[in-house]
Amino acid sequence: MRCMIMIKADDATEAGVLPSEELLTAMGAYNEELVKAGVMLAGEGLHPSSKGVRVRFSATERTVVDGPFTETKELIAGFWLWQVRSMDEAIEWVKRCPNPTQGESEIEIRPVFEPDDFGPAFTPELREQEARLRAQSAETR
Amino acid sequence: MIEAVWRIESARLIAGLARMMRDVGSAEELAQDALVAALEQWPESGVPRNPGAWLMAVAKRRAIDLIRRNERFEHKLGELGRELESEVEVEASDHGAALHDHIEDDLLRLVFVACHPVLSTEARVALTLRLLGGLTTDEIARAFLVPEATVAQRIVRAKRTLAKEHVPIEVPEADERVARLPSVLEVVYLVFNEGYSATAGQDWLRPALCEEALRLGRILAELMPEESEVHGLVALMEIQASRLRTRTTPSGEPILLLDQDRARWDQLLIRRGLAALERASALDVMFGPYALQASIAACHARARTPEETDWGRIAALYAILGRCTPSPVIELNRAVALSMAFGPDIGLYLVDELASEPALRTYHLLPSVRGDLLVKLGRAEEARVEFERAASLTRNERERALLAARAAECADRSTTSPSS
Repeated sequence: MRCMIMIKADDATEAGVLPSEELLTAMGAYNEELVKAGVMLAGEGLHPSSKGVRVRFSATERTVVDGPFTETKELIAGFWLWQVRSMDEAIEWVKRCPNPTQGESEIEIRPVFEPDDFGPAFTPELREQEARLRAQSAETR
Repeated sequence: MIEAVWRIESARLIAGLARMMRDVGSAEELAQDALVAALEQWPESGVPRNPGAWLMAVAKRRAIDLIRRNERFEHKLGELGRELESEVEVEASDHGAALHDHIEDDLLRLVFVACHPVLSTEARVALTLRLLGGLTTDEIARAFLVPEATVAQRIVRAKRTLAKEHVPIEVPEADERVARLPSVLEVVYLVFNEGYSATAGQDWLRPALCEEALRLGRILAELMPEESEVHGLVALMEIQASRLRTRTTPSGEPILLLDQDRARWDQLLIRRGLAALERASALDVMFGPYALQASIAACHARARTPEETDWGRIAALYAILGRCTPSPVIELNRAVALSMAFGPDIGLYLVDELASEPALRTYHLLPSVRGDLLVKLGRAEEARVEFERAASLTRNERERALLAARAAECADRSTTSPSS
């Protein structure tokens, strides 16, 4: 299974304060561990929300709202995409992460939808493909 | 939770113990003992802050007990004592790096031992998944649809063979390493393929096995970053896995490559695959078989529509692959690529040349390909015979159903329009 791991923003990340060298080193080592364990698929850090933009939808209306956004704790400062065998494994890895901020902070783990999770929503499209089944060859397996 | 810790720690634990004990069997038993201790103690005491170190400390203590109890191994005690001392020193002076290299060397040694050529392929697969993947015997058995006792037997025998043959716990040097790397890569790709295109049973795919293989491959790529073929194998698996979710209908029937919804191919895995292929090509201009197959897979991954596929390049890559690892199956694939590039006539000509190959006599894809080419040439009745033959040869039930359906389709066509 895949999980998205979201590092929540705090006042420091929102103020654009760069992590200390110590934290960068610790995070670097942690990232290396994740890569070496074959867990990490992708990961990025995000600029503060002051550089972000939201597009608000209301029926057919689209309104562009510039950052920064106020609800700091709900914002994310970075993310990883991991391949793990279970939520438990993801939790165990997250516990090993260096504290991303100086004080209180939170990391959220959310499982990514797998094809099976979609249930009947995907079937009409796939049924159509099923009907189109034809070419069979060694190369096209 | 303890299971998750085990999953993360077991390979390193076993690898470290194997170095100390000079024996994989007792290393695994000690690691298991430590796990049992954790299962007993952690529910009450809570999971320790550094669970890996806890498990290792317990296992090492038991290792010493074991050696003390067994006088025949007395001489080993001295060695082990020195090992432990030096390790404590490293840990004390810990600037990470030295300890890290230590762990990686241990893991690499374990990889080469688990995939040692004295073991049968099946034994290598079971041992690798068990020791490096952290899977239980039961999980391996379920993944490969064999009884748990069979897998347990394989593992026991494999460990016995390693001990009997005095297989050293070491990373082979230079030339020998080149010679033995294929037996490692083969194990990983075999696991992947068993998941990607199940050869037997009801399911066409078993994605969990693909994930295990990918993870093992990614681990190997970091353990042996200078080996081009390791990156080639990773590239091949990443790109093939990018199509996993488009390869079957919800009811499990296979959807073939040219019919897949390319919009749903996993672009993240494709990018990872192409990046791995770049790493491979940066290391070696002469691609090995995995990097070549990855290059072929990359041709498909880059084509946004089936029509954009560079079949000429694919045929050329198959030609190189065929020289590198001669095989009638590769020739069959080359024939398909050429028929896609230049028409079904040439494909049929080449396939007919392969028909006498003994290795292909019971290979279901030969009649399947032949049937496909005959359909394109409007020879429905001949095609029906081929599809029926292909259906009778495959061991996969989903595939059999697909081939039978194609045979029926041809039968309809030849009765409704007898002129064709």
